[in-house]
Amino acid sequence: MADLGMAETAKEQYLEAFARLQKETPARRRSWTLGLRRDALARFAEIGFPTSRQEEWRKTSVLPILRVPFRPEPDFTANGFTPEAIGRYTFEPWECTHLVFINGHYAGKLSRLRPLPEGVVIEPLSAALEKRRDEIEPHLGRHAGIDRHPFAALNTAFMQDGVFVRIPDGVAIDEPIHLLFITVSPDGPVVSYPRNLIVAGRGSRAALVESYIGPRHDLYFTDAVTEIAAGEDAAIDHYKLQRESGRAFHVARVQADLGRYARLASWNISLGGELARNDTHALLGADGGEVRLDGLYITGGSQHVDHHTLIDHASPHCASHELYKGVLDDRSRGVFDGTIIVRPDAQKSDAHQTNRNLLVSEEALVDTTPRLQILADDVKCTHAATIGQIDEDAMFYLRTRAISQETARNLLIQAFVSEVLHGMRIEPLRAGLECLLFTRLRKGHGAGVEP
Amino acid sequence: MTPMLRIRDLHARAGEKDILRGIDLEVKTGEVHAIMGPNGSGKSTLANVLAGRETVTVTQGDVLYRGRDLLVMSPEERAWEGVFLAFQYPVEIPGVSTMYLLKAGLNAIRRHRGLPDLDAIDFLAMIKEKMKLVEIDQSFLNRAVNEGFSGGEKKRNEILQMAVLDPALSVLDETDSGLDIDALRVVANGVNALRSQHRSMLVITHYQRLLNYIVPDRVHVLSGGRIVRSGGKDLALDLEKKGYSWIEQESAADRAGARPVA
Repeated sequence: MADLGMAETAKEQYLEAFARLQKETPARRRSWTLGLRRDALARFAEIGFPTSRQEEWRKTSVLPILRVPFRPEPDFTANGFTPEAIGRYTFEPWECTHLVFINGHYAGKLSRLRPLPEGVVIEPLSAALEKRRDEIEPHLGRHAGIDRHPFAALNTAFMQDGVFVRIPDGVAIDEPIHLLFITVSPDGPVVSYPRNLIVAGRGSRAALVESYIGPRHDLYFTDAVTEIAAGEDAAIDHYKLQRESGRAFHVARVQADLGRYARLASWNISLGGELARNDTHALLGADGGEVRLDGLYITGGSQHVDHHTLIDHASPHCASHELYKGVLDDRSRGVFDGTIIVRPDAQKSDAHQTNRNLLVSEEALVDTTPRLQILADDVKCTHAATIGQIDEDAMFYLRTRAISQETARNLLIQAFVSEVLHGMRIEPLRAGLECLLFTRLRKGHGAGVEP
Repeated sequence: MTPMLRIRDLHARAGEKDILRGIDLEVKTGEVHAIMGPNGSGKSTLANVLAGRETVTVTQGDVLYRGRDLLVMSPEERAWEGVFLAFQYPVEIPGVSTMYLLKAGLNAIRRHRGLPDLDAIDFLAMIKEKMKLVEIDQSFLNRAVNEGFSGGEKKRNEILQMAVLDPALSVLDETDSGLDIDALRVVANGVNALRSQHRSMLVITHYQRLLNYIVPDRVHVLSGGRIVRSGGKDLALDLEKKGYSWIEQESAADRAGARPVA
């Protein structure tokens, strides 16, 4: 029961950290969010950190996270970052709004804001919380399921900053919104709690990109939550690009609730982190909604990357299409666990899930679990999961065409992942990512960014 | 003059099975030789040995390509040096365009020869010429390698690759299999256009009909992992008339009890 002891000790430390923050930060005590934070903390105290005895966490142990005494950074510091340095992480020339956060805090001077259509709000959550309480309170913490998910509860108790996006009815934002979360830990292990909320009005349209990066060898922990409320006929594209340090821990939850005929397209790209866990959930809560969940994980070294997805067909005539692909090298481990629920009333649901894995070393491992709970009878649901190795016939064929063994291997890996990348609708991001993968394949695996 | 290819006492096995049991063959520069034989005689194994497939193990003998030991070279080194294998079953490679494959291969060979890479414009101009040889249009180039290609398209793609990579020694492994007569004619015309006094070819086939179009200088009959008979182009016609059993019976008698490979 050493695990339980560790989980209990760690929990106490987080509870103490909360009390300390309350004492030291008068602004927190005055905010209307105090109640929300306290409730979330109380819930976290009840459920505690997950153990591998829980089905949801059977393949991923969070003990490595609990062993490190992480501390949140109390105030903003630029940590030496300049606008020029930021340019390396924004896929230039990519003209769009870039909001930069360092160790959980908004970095106004490093951010680039662009003119927005009438009525659109894109603000750091910290600034919006007080002045837009009436718009935020009905949503914040209402979608993420903080009563069931310990890391979402923890994030809610400690949430620092992120973005609040509100798009009025009928408005389309043509340029993507890029959120860049940078974490560095020059003075000891840092934890940050990014929190984003997107409220999309009827018939609105927007694309949001979350990037998480950190220097190659820094030890830190990111606990992120994004809530998306998409109104009737709204269309949201969501990209998450995880390029954390190779020593970092990353736990993130994205919850999207879709209205009638609303559409969500999600690309979840996971390259970094020693231990990363992504939960991506979509609730098709009204007629005619459409979800596309695409994901890609490329791991090496001793990385452990876990993706849990849940698509909840709670209403009739909704469609979901899911494609997750993984390339695993060295001793790395991947987990894919995809649940599709089709509720009794959700007739005419159309759900397709595919998970494909490519193991490029002898020791790499992947667990893939499709879970289909179909409670309606007039539905179309399919799933497929594969785990394979590089096709030796294709390798030989390419080599007889004068292509070297190493190039042939990289080419086949690139071809394997291209199916996910080609669907991306932001060209600078897609091209930048392709280039990133190419470089990484050529140099061998390594997570995080060059310091 | 050093021959293009010289095979001496070649023995090879695939898995636990001995397939080639002592092949001797010499192909001079500019010559086209046909290797004929029934199923299981070792034709494709021979092609694979020449291209460097790792699933085939050479247990005895040697292969000299332009006087150099071919067997120590990796498949890509052989390609850089001018050896080409047209596959019996070309492999589908989703996600890799035919254009990319051709360009990457050609430039790898050029680099090996100390030449600069061809730029996109020169490459396109060159490839347009080559595509005429096998009567395929440009949309072909943007498709993933062999993916969803018909049997005929796959074989034409093989010949296109041969034309682009410009090898000194081409091994055509059952290039006629699965082709209707029209496709066969197109493929054979492509091959004939590539015949030259600098290039040698080894045309492997089960049937004589390909040799109506690609007329060889020499014909060898492979049976039980050995070349049991060699002759001029008329040997193929004899085989067509009398069938392989004729040769097999004769050679079985010659070998006095040695068991032919199934």
